[in-house]
Amino acid sequence: MSQELTEFGTIISGALPAEITNVEIVRDQLVLWTRVESVVPVLTFLRDDPACLFKMLVDLTAVDYPERPERFEVVYNLLSLRHNRRVRLKIAVEDGSSVPSIAGILGAASWYEREVWDMFGIPFSGHPDMRRILTDYGFEGHPLRKDFPLTGYVEVRYDDEQKRVVYEPVKLAQEFRSFDFVSPWEGMNTLLPGDEKAGTNQ
Amino acid sequence: MAETTTRTVNFGVAGPAPVEQPLIDPDNKPYLVNVGPQHPGTHGVLRLVLEMEGEVVERADPHIGLLHRGTEKLIEYKTYLQALPYFDRLDYVSPMAQEHAFALAVEKLMGIEPPRRGQFIRVLFAEISRIANHLLNVTAFAMDVGALTPILWGFEEREKLLEFYERVSGARFHANYFRPGGVHRDLPPGLIEEIYGFCDQFPAWIDNFEALITENRIFKQRTVNIGPVTAEQAVDWGFTGPMLRASGVAWDLRKAQPYDVYAEMDFDVPVGTSGDCWERFLVRVEEMRQSLKIIRQALDNLPPGPVMVDNRKVAPPPRAEMKQSMEALIHHFKLFTEGYHVPAGETYTAVEAPKGEFAVYLVSDGSNKPYRCKIRAPGFTCIQAIDAMGRGHMLADVVAIIGSMDVVFGEIDR
Repeated sequence: MSQELTEFGTIISGALPAEITNVEIVRDQLVLWTRVESVVPVLTFLRDDPACLFKMLVDLTAVDYPERPERFEVVYNLLSLRHNRRVRLKIAVEDGSSVPSIAGILGAASWYEREVWDMFGIPFSGHPDMRRILTDYGFEGHPLRKDFPLTGYVEVRYDDEQKRVVYEPVKLAQEFRSFDFVSPWEGMNTLLPGDEKAGTNQ
Repeated sequence: MAETTTRTVNFGVAGPAPVEQPLIDPDNKPYLVNVGPQHPGTHGVLRLVLEMEGEVVERADPHIGLLHRGTEKLIEYKTYLQALPYFDRLDYVSPMAQEHAFALAVEKLMGIEPPRRGQFIRVLFAEISRIANHLLNVTAFAMDVGALTPILWGFEEREKLLEFYERVSGARFHANYFRPGGVHRDLPPGLIEEIYGFCDQFPAWIDNFEALITENRIFKQRTVNIGPVTAEQAVDWGFTGPMLRASGVAWDLRKAQPYDVYAEMDFDVPVGTSGDCWERFLVRVEEMRQSLKIIRQALDNLPPGPVMVDNRKVAPPPRAEMKQSMEALIHHFKLFTEGYHVPAGETYTAVEAPKGEFAVYLVSDGSNKPYRCKIRAPGFTCIQAIDAMGRGHMLADVVAIIGSMDVVFGEIDR
């Protein structure tokens, strides 16, 4: 399984040496890395090449790593019905820079790109209809970013005097509590004072 | 009449302020019709803005997200065990199928495999979920196009299936039954006989139902050649499940990429040809029969043994043991407060849920909480295609198309 995937990954990176920057096998799944500007040619190749035929985009999403210089990972999960195979294509994107839209190549991408824009604030250039999709009309912020608070910023209620729903800043009856249950025995990464000698033979 | 005035357009939902739009001359195109979000024909909270030319739809603009609860964000703040109940609340018509995807994803990252009895029980209940789901969809679809009787019949049968849910998990819907490492509890005594009993009587129900609906003249007029989808379109739009199979693509993850013990099950995958509303209906009806076949096999071959992995770091100890053993008590406490740590890594794990490919893209950073959990809902790609499928059809046909898609907004909006 893994052997076959490695070979398949080598074939793809051999066919696109300039575009594919890295090939990994993660938990028996093939992961390809490419650059932002190569997304369209790589996905076109993966869709049309007879050995690939990844014609179905099953999922498109992003992951936020605030500590990285290129903050977001945009992840394309592809499926080839013909060869019964999956592949994952990844790109690293800086905050504020845009990604070329693939809505013209894979029809399913259009709404997924809207969702990534809505949730992470990554714009897709060339997208026909770049609106928010899941959040409320007039929503501000991008909820799945790690720096967006779980409670959000506004809450809604029906105001009986104004006879309409009004937006107000979030008021919590109780402070939001984040429980840290991680055991100090397993969760500690830092060395306790005095422990630096523990591994040495004296 | 060149003069333009303004009118207030009520969007039907809470918004900051009503939007002022220039009034279009009534003789001019397009005429906008706002369907939903509170409309029985939209199967939940879908808001559909239709541009009409007379009775014909020229463009459909679906607005989703009215049931967005931020499930993915919430899961990032919960341990793996606490995240599981959220999956019942996604597609609330087939809860256990969702749990299945998450349980498999966590198992994949942890490298554990549930015992065989656990796998059989999961397959058994995944198929019970499939029948419960299709039972609601095909009957509600018949109601969408004017047949009121089947949904009354269907709910009676569905209630029997939900009773099986209740027997194993204690809840009719929010089961929280499939856990990473197996299932929470073994089947209670007598349940197997009851499920056999259901398998004996249900085929007659399907025959009866089909005699009423399938070849019904009105039903066929409303569904045949409505919203046809070619195989190429279905693949390009990311359709999965019955939507894809009705278009003639024989693709079923239970066959193509089997998980648990599906590889040992003998069943057929029904496939359509034209991909219209009627064939999507037929595919679902046949899938119910095939699911019955799988349920029988799972019951016949149900092996004895444990239903959950024997690993105290993943599965809680038995109650009796906790009364005697201090270590078991500590394990129980740690498991339900801190939870288990999942090794760093990522996986995209998909199951053939009743509605199509339901998948979880799970990223772990090695802590006790998921770093990112993207939920791939089959309905999301279907609802996207309403515009393309509904163009040129009548307004009433759009309702039939939505009904045949089997959309549930819990999973689409997440």
